[in-house]
Amino acid sequence: MAKITASVFTSHVPAIGAALDLGKSNEPYWQPLFKGYEFSKKWFKANPPDAIFLVYNDHATAFSLEMIPTFAIGTAAQFAPADEGWGPRPVPVVIGHPTLAAHIAQSVIQDDFDLTIVNRMDVDHGLTVPLSLMCGQPGADKPAWPCPVIPFAVNVVQYPAPSGKRCFMLGQAIRRAIESFDEPLNVQIWGTGGMSHQLQGPRAGLINKAFDNAFLDRLIADPAGLATMPHIDYVREAGSEGIELVMWLIARGAMADINGGAPPRLAHRFYHVPASNTAVGHLILENI
Amino acid sequence: MALNKPYLDVPGTTIFDAEQSRLGYHLNQFCMSLMRAANRQRFKADERAYLDEWPMTEEQKQGVLSRDLNRCIAAGGNIYFLAKIGATDGKSFQYMAASMTGMTQEDYAAMMLAGGRSVEGNRSISDNKKASA
Repeated sequence: MAKITASVFTSHVPAIGAALDLGKSNEPYWQPLFKGYEFSKKWFKANPPDAIFLVYNDHATAFSLEMIPTFAIGTAAQFAPADEGWGPRPVPVVIGHPTLAAHIAQSVIQDDFDLTIVNRMDVDHGLTVPLSLMCGQPGADKPAWPCPVIPFAVNVVQYPAPSGKRCFMLGQAIRRAIESFDEPLNVQIWGTGGMSHQLQGPRAGLINKAFDNAFLDRLIADPAGLATMPHIDYVREAGSEGIELVMWLIARGAMADINGGAPPRLAHRFYHVPASNTAVGHLILENI
Repeated sequence: MALNKPYLDVPGTTIFDAEQSRLGYHLNQFCMSLMRAANRQRFKADERAYLDEWPMTEEQKQGVLSRDLNRCIAAGGNIYFLAKIGATDGKSFQYMAASMTGMTQEDYAAMMLAGGRSVEGNRSISDNKKASA
């Protein structure tokens, strides 16, 4: 049977992708940020998954206002990096895992979560920047990402986003789905986006280190309590785009301790301000 | 019964809710069209003529022509869609963000390097009114 071995949490700022793609990662501005992911890249190499279930959001790239699904699971064989207005990122096509994705879709929908099944979707920085941070930037010697990825897009662009509580419960349904898959796969679940940031209006540039660090503390030790935090607290305290953090609760809800298992081991924790307009937070939690 | 929208009390912030989305549909779809190079070229060649192809309000068109992102947001624009105008202009996201705050890009970048805009005094319009009363 498949199992979830670890969860990874990270911000997915587009400027990080641009810094990597343009060879700026050694500049003094970016050095402290990338230093925080050096451990993560080593950890990922030492703990390679068979597949990644990657929770992220689309930023008006694949989904226009014609339609925005609240929860969308990518079941295709592959997903192309999107052109977000500056040309596609020079990174490999993302290879999917159609059989596992279809299994998860059927299980989770029958578990009362109404997913949209997507067979054609370009993926933007929300998905590819976390892959670059964790797997390293694929170069000419590494023309593919290390493993298949199931993209799971959550609407956090058009309010209301799903509540933290619903995301947390969805994570539990995803865990049940993965653990009922017959192949012996090691699966990681990643929750991306955040942390505090606001990209719009006169309050743009908002950062709240106290909120962010309390969020990291509670995500580790009190995820069920954290999941009850209402949307307005995210908006007030973490900025209008800080609401992306609800996606972290999906990944956290899929961990073993939520189902009566042992608490996860904290393998890594990192926090840095700023990356462009955004606070960057990062955790790695291992099921033991 | 009116919906409860507590986020209307957050200063300097417009939440892109279902009502804003309804108001901004054509404005945001115009922005989306700029993801195609051919459309970017046509827009740059004659902005007014290109905008007139869309059933947008005059207020929305003026917001775009003057690159006043706060005005666009008030008229239903969403920042992720509006960012495509900035990309068409060859502007960075930080330039766009600064333009909404009334700060220069240099001052805005310096604020971010110093830890960003503080949440203190930026949580609630009603609390700020009470504090100054």
